[in-house]
Amino acid sequence: MRYAETGFNLEVDLTRGNIERVPTDPRLTELHLGGLGTNARMMWDRVPPETDPFSPQNLLIFGTGLLTGTPAPACNRTIVTTISPQTKLFAFSMMGGFFGPELKHAGYDKIVIRGKSPELVYLWITDGKVEIRPAGHLQGLGTLESAEVIRQELGEPHAAVASIGLAGENKVWFASIEQGRSSASRMGCGAIMGDKNLKAIAVRGSGDLDVARPAEFIRLCNEALKYIEHRNAHPIEGVMPIVAGLGSPQEMAVHDEKWHTENFVWGNARVRRKDFWQPEVAQKWTETMERMRTRLLSCHNCPLKCGAAISVDTRLCSYMMKCFSKLTYTMGAFSDLDFGLRIAQKATEHGVDAFTCPQTMAFAVELYEDGILTDADMPGFPQKSEDRFYWLLDKIVRREGIGDVLADGTYWAGQRIGKGADKYAHNCIRKTEQLPLKLGMLNPIYFLMYCTGEKASITQIEGNFPQAPFETKEESAAFVEDWPHVPDDRYKQWFLEWELRGEKSIPSYPPIDATCEIVNWQEMMHYIDDSIGICAGLSSFPLKPPFHIHNLPELISAGSGLQLDEAALVKLTRRNRNLVRANNLRRGLTRADEKPPEDHWKKRFPELEKKLLDGYYEFKGWNSDGVPTRETLCELGLDYVADDLERRGILKATP
Amino acid sequence: MKTEKTVKTIKIDVDKCNGCRACEVVCSAFHAQPRYSSVNPARARIRVIRDPLADIFVPVYAGEYTAAECAGRDRYTIDGKQYEECAFCRSVCPSRDLFKEPDSGLPLKCDMCESDPTLQEPLCVTWCLADALVYEERTALAEKAPAPADVDVGLEALANEHGWAKVLDAVTRMSVKMGRES
Repeated sequence: MRYAETGFNLEVDLTRGNIERVPTDPRLTELHLGGLGTNARMMWDRVPPETDPFSPQNLLIFGTGLLTGTPAPACNRTIVTTISPQTKLFAFSMMGGFFGPELKHAGYDKIVIRGKSPELVYLWITDGKVEIRPAGHLQGLGTLESAEVIRQELGEPHAAVASIGLAGENKVWFASIEQGRSSASRMGCGAIMGDKNLKAIAVRGSGDLDVARPAEFIRLCNEALKYIEHRNAHPIEGVMPIVAGLGSPQEMAVHDEKWHTENFVWGNARVRRKDFWQPEVAQKWTETMERMRTRLLSCHNCPLKCGAAISVDTRLCSYMMKCFSKLTYTMGAFSDLDFGLRIAQKATEHGVDAFTCPQTMAFAVELYEDGILTDADMPGFPQKSEDRFYWLLDKIVRREGIGDVLADGTYWAGQRIGKGADKYAHNCIRKTEQLPLKLGMLNPIYFLMYCTGEKASITQIEGNFPQAPFETKEESAAFVEDWPHVPDDRYKQWFLEWELRGEKSIPSYPPIDATCEIVNWQEMMHYIDDSIGICAGLSSFPLKPPFHIHNLPELISAGSGLQLDEAALVKLTRRNRNLVRANNLRRGLTRADEKPPEDHWKKRFPELEKKLLDGYYEFKGWNSDGVPTRETLCELGLDYVADDLERRGILKATP
Repeated sequence: MKTEKTVKTIKIDVDKCNGCRACEVVCSAFHAQPRYSSVNPARARIRVIRDPLADIFVPVYAGEYTAAECAGRDRYTIDGKQYEECAFCRSVCPSRDLFKEPDSGLPLKCDMCESDPTLQEPLCVTWCLADALVYEERTALAEKAPAPADVDVGLEALANEHGWAKVLDAVTRMSVKMGRES
């Protein structure tokens, strides 16, 4: 008997059209939980490091978390894993919505896609039946459009559909997989889906999903809901309104955008506009949002409302939006919210990442303004900023003309264009565009997170520790009073002593050892979430969430029947963390790749930065190259990884 | 004759629904055997009728079983949105797959989470933090029908099974036979 998971994966070979229902090994659940953990294991076992992202041997895995679909609030995540065309590294892009629970009810924990279909197809998965169906008639259709056509032709209005648009079909390296209320956007998973000629996956199930210890499990769920109600009624004081509550930043609900518009940078991640947020802007943007937003929306079994249905022209919903995609197009084009929400509708239908795409377009505009790209490269390039963005979006998703170059993202486009264009791709880590944020003083915690976050998005490693000290000691003291989430009381002390100015402020405070622990804690929480399928919005991302390191072991155990205490969960998470890293080391990741964008902070401290990275590597049990030592790997039962890394000369054999 | 009785109801505010389906999840878990041992929205006695692109989110509770589907099904336009009549209908009927046990096809019906000890309110309401579902007990006047005699109940059951014609035939036959014997 398997609990919380189904115990079966769906293996689909699109080259041969072969479909298999494969029982999974329960020992892998004990070792890696599910989601990211078992995805990482599967990639290690089955995708050799020489594999090109666009090779038929590359896998595209849709892996539900271990608790996805159980009654635990916000356990709805699906972790999409493949080799990224942009970074050439292990990608894990996550989506919420309704896909994961539906897949479990249909009887599968993962869908594992390999090979390439000779023609465009979609996959239809329902109780006891899986079909590869022709999708020629969906070619060129938008992500939402094709989902709707599929639901209608199947007569399944409630099927969950994950689909790609033109961008994925044309293998744009930052193409997303859109899925109603959510999307797997980062690192180009949509391009791999397009390369496999897979337009969409539709799934609908009506099977039971069991939990191991029902009474205990439901008690924990009820406690979490009670706590969420409490937190909704008591936002954290002294922090920005968008992060005062739970969930992902409440961009759809909160109108005040002073912080983003004045602290984040516009255009090609360069221009800071202090004093932008004037009353007339606030009034206009509020009016736009209230006119276009028809409803706040939740993912499966989650009481938070992080998303919204946006209606551009009619009362009916045009698309669904969440989080910071609200502003990325607006700020990239130096425009207003009305433009941002309108172009996001097209971009969502085409299926592109809302971080990378607008930044790539702003990058092209800058190259054009500076004469590196000319009218010869871009015949008919319009004058108005908004028109330029529509023009560029269209070229990119079709890979037409300059769009074919830009479709690889700023790093690779910079290399291909030459003439110094690579200097304009200044906001990447590991060849992936980052949040448009440029700051003054180096922050040691964020330095380590930017360097070592293998998801390559800061939001996927930051979280439970406040981003900055509070104004007063009294505020800090009040904050730590009710903070059982920390691993132990030292974290409270570090926060209490942290100051905005003076001796105990950034960059020299928190001290290196404390910084390592704070970063490690925040990262650990994300890795737990990504393996059990809880949304970061109720766990690793916000301050004081309902789920934390002290109650998650009990929740996972009651749900799955595993016997996990805190120490066991910490160890298991370290195993998953090191396995993800090993996948990347084997694909060529080195210490040299672990650095923030050069201009992220104005004030840099090379000596301190080296000490921080050295200290963190040591804390993690990695050598000075950032490679886990044999002792670390063996302690975690990853002897086979140590052997492989040694054989490849990545890990120097211990004398 | 009219009497007062307590009616248990759930007020549904479709404008507040965020479409998260927590109501379906907890309903199916509560009604699982053993309690909370499994989850399966297909077994839930509440379903959210959803059409996100049309901004339609209507939580509907399972009501009475009906053997036949409606002859005509209308469409309602409310506030610019078009709803099928079925979007508001509680019936377990042949025209749709809602509220039927996936294994047996037998009809499901909301029991307001009846249990011992009694819950304060149905769990779908407790789990709906958006307050789209609100539990309400109200007093209503109801026509008090006279209690049927035991024999009537028995006869009605027979009639439901075989039809009145056959039952009446049987009664006539038996009374003739009894007349002969006495």
